[in-house]
Amino acid sequence: MNEKVMQVPDERGHFGPYGGRFVPETLMAPLEELERAFREAQQDPEFHRELKELLETYAGRPTPLYEARRLGAELGGARIFLKREDLLHTGAHKINNCLGQILLARRMGKRRIIAETGAGQHGVATATVCALFGMECVVYMGEEDMRRQRLNVFRMRLLGAKVVPVRTGSRTLKDAVSEAMRDWVTNVETTHYLLGSALGAHPYPLMVREFHRVTGEEARRQVLERTGRLPDAVIACVGGGSNAIGIFSAFIPDERVALIGVEAGGRSLAPGEHAARFAGGAPGVLQGAYSYLLQNGDGQVLLTHSVSAGLDYALVGPEHAWLHDQGRAEYVSASDREALEAARRLARTEGIIPALESAHAVAEAIRRAPAAKGQIFLVNLSGRGDKDTDIYRENFPELDQNDGIE
Amino acid sequence: MESSERIARRFEAARAEGRPALIVYLTAGDPCPERTPSLALALERGGADILELGVPFSDPIADGPVIQQASDRALKAGTTVERVLEIAAEIRRRSEIPIVLFSYLNPLLRYGFDRLCGDARTAGVDGVLVTDLSVEEAEEPAESLRRHGLDRIFLAAPTSTDRRLDLVARYSSGFVYVVSRTGVTGARDTVNRAVEDLVRRLRARTPLPLAVGFGISRREHVEEVGRYADGAVVGSAVMRVVDESADGVLEERLEGLCRELSGKR
Ligand SMILES: Cc1ncc(COP(=O)(O)O)c(C=O)c1O
Repeated sequence: MNEKVMQVPDERGHFGPYGGRFVPETLMAPLEELERAFREAQQDPEFHRELKELLETYAGRPTPLYEARRLGAELGGARIFLKREDLLHTGAHKINNCLGQILLARRMGKRRIIAETGAGQHGVATATVCALFGMECVVYMGEEDMRRQRLNVFRMRLLGAKVVPVRTGSRTLKDAVSEAMRDWVTNVETTHYLLGSALGAHPYPLMVREFHRVTGEEARRQVLERTGRLPDAVIACVGGGSNAIGIFSAFIPDERVALIGVEAGGRSLAPGEHAARFAGGAPGVLQGAYSYLLQNGDGQVLLTHSVSAGLDYALVGPEHAWLHDQGRAEYVSASDREALEAARRLARTEGIIPALESAHAVAEAIRRAPAAKGQIFLVNLSGRGDKDTDIYRENFPELDQNDGIE
Repeated sequence: MESSERIARRFEAARAEGRPALIVYLTAGDPCPERTPSLALALERGGADILELGVPFSDPIADGPVIQQASDRALKAGTTVERVLEIAAEIRRRSEIPIVLFSYLNPLLRYGFDRLCGDARTAGVDGVLVTDLSVEEAEEPAESLRRHGLDRIFLAAPTSTDRRLDLVARYSSGFVYVVSRTGVTGARDTVNRAVEDLVRRLRARTPLPLAVGFGISRREHVEEVGRYADGAVVGSAVMRVVDESADGVLEERLEGLCRELSGKR
């Protein structure tokens, strides 16, 4: 298994049967151009130097590895280490990928940047790098997500981006991706599509993984330094799969390290109530890639639900499908309620309010830790929870009594 | 299995008459599946040479608002792939118009691509165009289509490099669908002039008929395209009429639209 798992994707972007390039012909040449630019940049020391400098001086890398001792003690089992991607500039891991892609866009001479966003974290990170490089920025966002992530909508606008509401379908992330693709197919000459997860047509899943690989490489080094050994399990939430593949990638060759992806279990695992692709999906094609997809018997894409906008998407990134089928990674789900409770628990034991997405990973660590005495868990804390304050307020009304003060 | 040749013969007939073939797109199941055969026959009466029967999909990334909404309505009316094949069979019982299934890949994959090809051929379908299936990924599907005697219609786009046009020419049969401009489907006031150059680049690579689509909505567009291409494809203009016409006059309106587009008075 090992050799095969490590050498994906092939030159056409296939992770075993998954991935590939399923787009209208108009987008094929631009994808080829992007792939060429990416491969050239990978060979260019100056590109790496500039990216490294931005990651360190602008984004705040390396991020700390923090041991959640009080949480660990309460659970009485595994030691839990948090990779603090929430401390990055803009508040989530998304900035790693955005800095990489904006440098590529500049190399390709594209001055207009478009992006989709769910939770708004990728939109904010994109708006940020566009401000930094003086580029035009248009972000597509489902109307439903604009409602539940209002703060991020405002942040994007403050950063100079145009936020375009998407009113088709479920008005969430999937529909925002479709609108961004329609914009791209119309404006390919001038525009780079800064896709925010390990999704879409080749080379995006490869490229996004490579830009997030830094998380895993740092974390692996840090865990070794601190504990003298590798972790027993690496746990990350999986929307499209970028923060997860970023931290997993450094550990894939370490066969004894369990890789655990946590999908959104939503309200229940009934169709339409969740976004757990590995629990309720089957292989299919959506928005450029072949992977596990939540779909009905007629190949129509199902609506999804998650309390966390960033995990609310019908397709999982193709490399995760491959890791799943190879048995190299395991995929589980955490419900809305479990994620909310995990967030509150982390806040109270460690003084860290996580993003709802990341809270799904924390929930899985909480579930497993008691039975894992002597083990080390590494959890990717992909983002911070400020953006989710309104949702936390709605869900913990008992904390929102203002003693009668209006 | 041999191709039905229906598509090739229609292009030859149009050429003999010195006019471009009129290829008309219709989303199957809009406003409801029972109605589609009758709408298709109205298009043919008005002068449509080839029918592109659209399989509705929940996430049509290559389509503008008009066809997106047509897809939504068709899905709400309960249109499935199986139902689209029944519709095709019903049209075939009543007409010899060539039928091209026009679909996104996922519904066909879910049905089983090879099974789809067999059932489509039995239903009287002549060719298949899959919007999001690039030639790179098409090896297996193209083989299924060939084995079942279905024409394989691929897209060529203004962004296509010479290398890509070579591949498109090699994989296609029936005709090549030439996308007139970068963008999604939708009616426009003018046809992009640059498409003439794309047609010329393809001519050097294939003897197949070349049909130009995207943005064509009027008789003058069809005439303009007819000066250098073998066919013109009209889609959103048709679906807009389906959307906007009162139920009782749908057939009449569609026939009228095709009469105008084809110049058949
Ligand atoms: C903090 C955070 N974590 C995770 C995700 C999910 O994306 P991915 O699976 O690509 O990491 C998001 C997406 O918006 C996010 O904002």
